[in-house]
Amino acid sequence: MKERLYRITDRLVSYARRKSPWILHMDTGGCNGCSIELFAVLTPRFDIERFGGVSKANPRHTDILLIDGAVTKKIRPRLRRIYEQTPEPKVVIAVGACAISKGIFHDAYNIDGPLDEVMPVDVYVPGCPPKPEAILQGVLKALKLWESRYTV
Amino acid sequence: MAKDNERREKLCYTLPLGPQHPMYVEAENLMVRVDGETITGVEVNIGYMHRGIEELMQRKNYLQGIFLAERICGICSGIHSVTYCEAVENALGIEIPERAKYIRTITLELERLHSHFLFLGVMAYELGLDTGFMYTWRDREHVMDMLETLSGNRVNYGIPTIGGVRRDLPAGEIPGMLKRLEHLRKRAEHYVILFSSDALVRKRTLGKGNLPKGKANSHSIVGPVARASGVNTDIRRDLPYLLYDELEWNVVTRMEGDVQARVMVKAYEIFESISILKQCLNRISRTTPELKTKTSLFVKENEGMSITEAPRGELVYYLVSNGTDRPERMRIRTPTFTNVPSALPIILKGEQLADLPVIVGSVDPCFSCCDRVTIVDERTGESRGVDEAFLRKLGEENGD
Repeated sequence: MKERLYRITDRLVSYARRKSPWILHMDTGGCNGCSIELFAVLTPRFDIERFGGVSKANPRHTDILLIDGAVTKKIRPRLRRIYEQTPEPKVVIAVGACAISKGIFHDAYNIDGPLDEVMPVDVYVPGCPPKPEAILQGVLKALKLWESRYTV
Repeated sequence: MAKDNERREKLCYTLPLGPQHPMYVEAENLMVRVDGETITGVEVNIGYMHRGIEELMQRKNYLQGIFLAERICGICSGIHSVTYCEAVENALGIEIPERAKYIRTITLELERLHSHFLFLGVMAYELGLDTGFMYTWRDREHVMDMLETLSGNRVNYGIPTIGGVRRDLPAGEIPGMLKRLEHLRKRAEHYVILFSSDALVRKRTLGKGNLPKGKANSHSIVGPVARASGVNTDIRRDLPYLLYDELEWNVVTRMEGDVQARVMVKAYEIFESISILKQCLNRISRTTPELKTKTSLFVKENEGMSITEAPRGELVYYLVSNGTDRPERMRIRTPTFTNVPSALPIILKGEQLADLPVIVGSVDPCFSCCDRVTIVDERTGESRGVDEAFLRKLGEENGD
């Protein structure tokens, strides 16, 4: 009986969490292009709140990390700290060519990326910058992954 | 008395904001010294977004440089690439065709529109008016659609190239664009009313973050922030480039120098941009269909300079060529770099801590434009930005 109750509450919590992912967005040395497309995702035409997503700036409250930009030398330790502060289960999305492969800045002297050398990345959204629709799709993929990680 | 002083000292402390902070998307660090709730001083530490683009440009040829210039800042990508191309064209000594000038002007003014709508949205967001943020960004999508019609892209347009432009504006799109501009003008009127008459907005913006005209002049503040302090400056009028001397438009200035004035300058500039765009769209059919002047991309020993008015202020590109297809030296001076580190300590002093996001937002900071210098310690691999004290020390060592 007790076991069954636990199972039901687990499923309830999992459902509730899937409908309310909190997202942290961080720019790590890109050109802002991805950042403004990310902001467009929050606003009425694309509207991520249809899926319950809310932009939150505190890593300790965050479920999904949306990170763009080739990682600069100065930001790298901070980025690692933000990753460590985020509670499990978490999903990391790399947005844009810079975060995936350093993109156009691949041979610049102050770049210490790409993102998957700093933290494990789950979803890659390519493009320079990716269109808001692509970012939205990336978030939806991340949500599925996140749910599978949470379900006991 | 001694006890009072001791208690007072306990209330004075330094509050670090950033590099990752709810207030802004980009990474930078403000060390705010507060006495209770009152800000007594601010130290701006930038350099988190420094990538080394100038050095990278010196290793790439002129055509590759256009794409690098575009990616200095995603918000003002058009003006960066146009200014870069103009600097190279000056070094080459060539003129671009009339139609290319029109298409460049249209791109730049559309970009100014989207940047100003973005600014109004961010201001509404900082003031806690999330609805205002959503409304302005919904209207901004009209501008993004127009940019997509013109260039095929939403953010990095790839429109200018050395000697002209890459793509033509289809004549069939012009009536639709004029209709959208008329819609945007009506919406902008609504925002002017919202930001100038809403009681909450007035209370939080009037008289906050004062930047007097004298300080704006002595600290070399540029762009809309300077115009809001009564400095009558606009590169589009003072050193005209492209078509700005043939078009009819006004420079918007305000005397107050507070947050409200900065918002209003940008809001009224929306109307000027729409007027410029309408004139360009009505006249573009008179030009010949030529888009590009043919040119060699090997630039003989020369120097090229170009000054333009970006949405945030004066933008300068300077290059030295050496006869090859790569520049010998590139120098870029962006408006945010002159505005943020010098204006923030003045306008934040004496304000309440709770007003900080609104006041910082009113300067319209764009830190990826901003970060030009990082010092990397070779022994430890540590890198850091440059602050005011360091620059002063450097100046003293080199005897001005």
